[in-house]
Amino acid sequence: MVLGIAFGYLALLFVIAAWGDRRAEQGRSVIGSPTVYALSIAVYCTAWTFYGSVGRAAEYGPSFLLIYLGPTLAMLASPFVIRKMVRIARAQRITSIADFISARYGKSGGLGALVALIALIGITPYIALQLKAITLSHAVLMNYPEPPGLRLVEEAFWDDKSFWVALVLAVFIILFGTRYLDASERHEGMVAAIAFESLVKLFAFLAVGVFTVFVLFNGPGDLFARAAAHPQLNGALSLEAVPGGGVGWVGTLVLAFLAFLSLPRQFQVLVVENVDERHIKRASWLFPLYLLAINLFVIPIALAGVLLGDPGGDPDSFVLTLPLSAGLEGLPLLVFIGGLSAATGMVIVETIALSTMVSNHLVMPLLLRSPRLHLGSRGDLSGWLLGIRRVAIVMILLLGYLYHALIGDSYSLVTIGLVSFAAATQFAPALLLGLYWRGATRVGASLGLIAGFSVWVYTLLLPGFAQSGWLDDAFLTHGPMGLAWLRPYALFGLEGWDIYSHSLLWSQLANVGTLVGVSLFTRQSRLEQTQAALFTEALHTSLVYPSLWQGQTTRGELEALLNRYLGAPATARVFAGLERQASKDQAVPPEVIARAEQALAGALGNASARVLINSVVRGEALDLEAVLSILDTTSQMLEYNRQLEQKSRELAEIGEELRSANERLRELDRLKDEFVAMVSHELRTPLTSIRAFAEILRDSRDLPEDKQRHFLDVVVLESQRLSRLIEEILDLARLESGRLTLHPQRLNLAALARHSVDAVHRVQEDRGVALDVEITADEAPVIGDPDRLEQVIINLLDNAGKFAADEDPRVLLRLEHHKGHYRLSVEDNGPGIGEEEREQVFEKFHQIEQHGASSGQTRRRPRGSGLGLPISRGIVAHLGGRLWVENAPTLGGACLVMELPVAPADSERQEVAKANKTPPER
Amino acid sequence: MARVLVVDDEPNIVLSLEFLMQQAGFEVVTAEDGEQALARVAEQAPDLVLLDISLPDISGFDVLEQLRADPARARLPIIMLTAHGREVEREKGMALGADDYVTKPFSTQALVDKVRTLLDEAS
Repeated sequence: MVLGIAFGYLALLFVIAAWGDRRAEQGRSVIGSPTVYALSIAVYCTAWTFYGSVGRAAEYGPSFLLIYLGPTLAMLASPFVIRKMVRIARAQRITSIADFISARYGKSGGLGALVALIALIGITPYIALQLKAITLSHAVLMNYPEPPGLRLVEEAFWDDKSFWVALVLAVFIILFGTRYLDASERHEGMVAAIAFESLVKLFAFLAVGVFTVFVLFNGPGDLFARAAAHPQLNGALSLEAVPGGGVGWVGTLVLAFLAFLSLPRQFQVLVVENVDERHIKRASWLFPLYLLAINLFVIPIALAGVLLGDPGGDPDSFVLTLPLSAGLEGLPLLVFIGGLSAATGMVIVETIALSTMVSNHLVMPLLLRSPRLHLGSRGDLSGWLLGIRRVAIVMILLLGYLYHALIGDSYSLVTIGLVSFAAATQFAPALLLGLYWRGATRVGASLGLIAGFSVWVYTLLLPGFAQSGWLDDAFLTHGPMGLAWLRPYALFGLEGWDIYSHSLLWSQLANVGTLVGVSLFTRQSRLEQTQAALFTEALHTSLVYPSLWQGQTTRGELEALLNRYLGAPATARVFAGLERQASKDQAVPPEVIARAEQALAGALGNASARVLINSVVRGEALDLEAVLSILDTTSQMLEYNRQLEQKSRELAEIGEELRSANERLRELDRLKDEFVAMVSHELRTPLTSIRAFAEILRDSRDLPEDKQRHFLDVVVLESQRLSRLIEEILDLARLESGRLTLHPQRLNLAALARHSVDAVHRVQEDRGVALDVEITADEAPVIGDPDRLEQVIINLLDNAGKFAADEDPRVLLRLEHHKGHYRLSVEDNGPGIGEEEREQVFEKFHQIEQHGASSGQTRRRPRGSGLGLPISRGIVAHLGGRLWVENAPTLGGACLVMELPVAPADSERQEVAKANKTPPER
Repeated sequence: MARVLVVDDEPNIVLSLEFLMQQAGFEVVTAEDGEQALARVAEQAPDLVLLDISLPDISGFDVLEQLRADPARARLPIIMLTAHGREVEREKGMALGADDYVTKPFSTQALVDKVRTLLDEAS
């Protein structure tokens, strides 16, 4: 029954694929949607995800998430990296990752073959893993509650279900992967089926998750509470549970990031099958979202499995055994189908990608070179190509089966997966460096691949064989020939790392090191230079794919060649637009030769296509010089333009700086002129009186005595005023240049205030001003210069006296504690200071208008210099305090408030005194 | 007896000018800001004005302008007194119709001479 449903499901997939292909032929593509594109990328989630994540979570906690964080990072970078790859693949008709790398390094046949070979060796275990998952899940389903009881090695292969699974899949893949040969090497039907499978596996996994959390348990709270109480699970979820610790985290993340970009099946769905590069944008968030959804229930299921299932059972099977243990029948079947989806999806895409590589880069080049087959002289070869593909598919699946049968038992699902991942990452340096570094050469890339792959074989594959009993495992613990520093898991004495991070480090080091090192010392051929430029500059919109052929060929010859490999319809498309009746001997324009090469490349890969075209085109094949000079000129122009722009930007910036500096200077100059004018004005005023009275006294000898005395008094008073003014101007200059010397010390502000009041008391009394004092803090310790502070307080009292009301003038000094400060305020009962004038009074030479005081004035108001408040504020600021104007709360006029911080306790005094010597920023 | 109006907001300068003018034989009227000055001109019809530029309310230039705007005062002799010794100010004052311009501190004798000359010319 189960097998029947499985076959039914595969048949449904086939129907979907056939439907997708038919729609594509009708020009109504079903995969022309970014959502389908994103879902097809989810082929990343294989049976390894479906069953293995729970197993890994049960064993190592949340580390399984790293396998999905890597691709998430890669998708975040997709607007740059993947878009570039897609654009190149489109322009060059790339069919696989082997083709891509081969094309980048001068359409090298050898490099393509190398990549294909490594992919074949590295990915076979991964296919084996899927076969194992299908067989194992089927066995669990059938034998529950007995253990699955698989003993692969002891069975004859015809008794082994996985053998038949492999064969059925082979047939299936041949049916919808190689139905016909398409120049674009796209498989729209397959992509549609894969997207459908992604939905099925997500649905099945979410179903188990919901069942586990909400049916077996009462929601996530219940589950986590019981897990926390479980002795074995306590701490299982901590982040420390990752093998290899912090290195393991980084290692696994990098591994997954690189593998996501360089696994052949990911390259297939991401790049080759992409129909519209705008789809990348939605996929860049939709695919990570898919990963999040499919990982949502991994930890709950793992916890539930350990809590409920028999802990001795295989955690890789929890998704199946949990619903089975509840006695359900439908849900386990759904899970099985979900797992089947995950496994078949991977196997289908991977096998198609691998078979394309094997036929285009391993088999065809050999056949083309083999003189005995006389391929060059045969008729229609497109049937041959399909045949090679089909044989390749069967061989790849049989290889997968063999690996599974011989070695698969000794490794868990996750381990096999990671070993494959590590192999795929060997492509990353040649791929990614090739995209961004024009200098990477074919020799460098080839040797780098060989070096990295060798390290991978030595540090992961051979140890795996050894643990399966194929090899003597003594070299694992003691090193080959007893050389401890060559132990595969602790190369060069690097111990304590998990085997994957260890292998990743050494293999990538060898790979990148060799690639870069050799590239620096080898030269690129001309074709390589051209291709390198086309790849690295692929996102330059101005760059058109140049026609590289300048040789001569006739239409007849070219047509015959294409007919042999592609068949008549595809050939007709290449010649579309040319006159139908044209003679067979007519020479073909270069762009048609380029088109023919692209069409061949779509079917055979770049390297083989090049060989074939070369066989019919005579004369100078390429004018690389021209192409290179176009590229060089373009990039030189761009660079020159960029430099010019930069220079003019810099010039503009310098100009702007100069202008603003000049403006600042001019403003300072203006302020200086203004100050000088004001100072001179202020000095001239007392000087005028002094000179006038001095001349009067000199010239009029017969003045009465009292007049003489009066005039002399004026001279003396004005002289004093002049001295005071000069003193103030000097103070101000010192304040502004920061050269005012203060002598800060601990003092009692209350005592100082009383002392200041006494000093002005007599003068105020003479003017009829009533001076009141209200000191609430008798001890008011502050840090300050007593002389300067007294100067400030006297200035405030003086000002208040001047501006107090004409009738019954009153002034009030108040000292109080306020939030870590002492506030000394001086208020009067005058007209007050308007809101808009409250900051102006602190400007130099500002004179407060004495409204209504001009007529009927009863009291003489001494004019101030207009410097007292600016100086006072400067002094207070130097002492770390503030001085401002507000409304007088008691007397209703103006109120000047001085605020100084409370002096710290004695022990801190020294420091503060020191700090006060450096003036604060103004 | 000619009447001189002294306009300045510095009491001691007013005191000195008042004494000088009286000693020279003139009658003296004083004002300490612009509004007062305009009022005194209207009430007392002085024969000459000694006008300070920096006044607390309106400036001496404004007073000068308003006086000159009145045809009856177009020929009234006016000497500007200023503590700003700048050429621009002198030119501005002359352009507005001042008869002379004296920078503080001034020579008492020269000022008295100027007043005498202007009064002689006016009569």
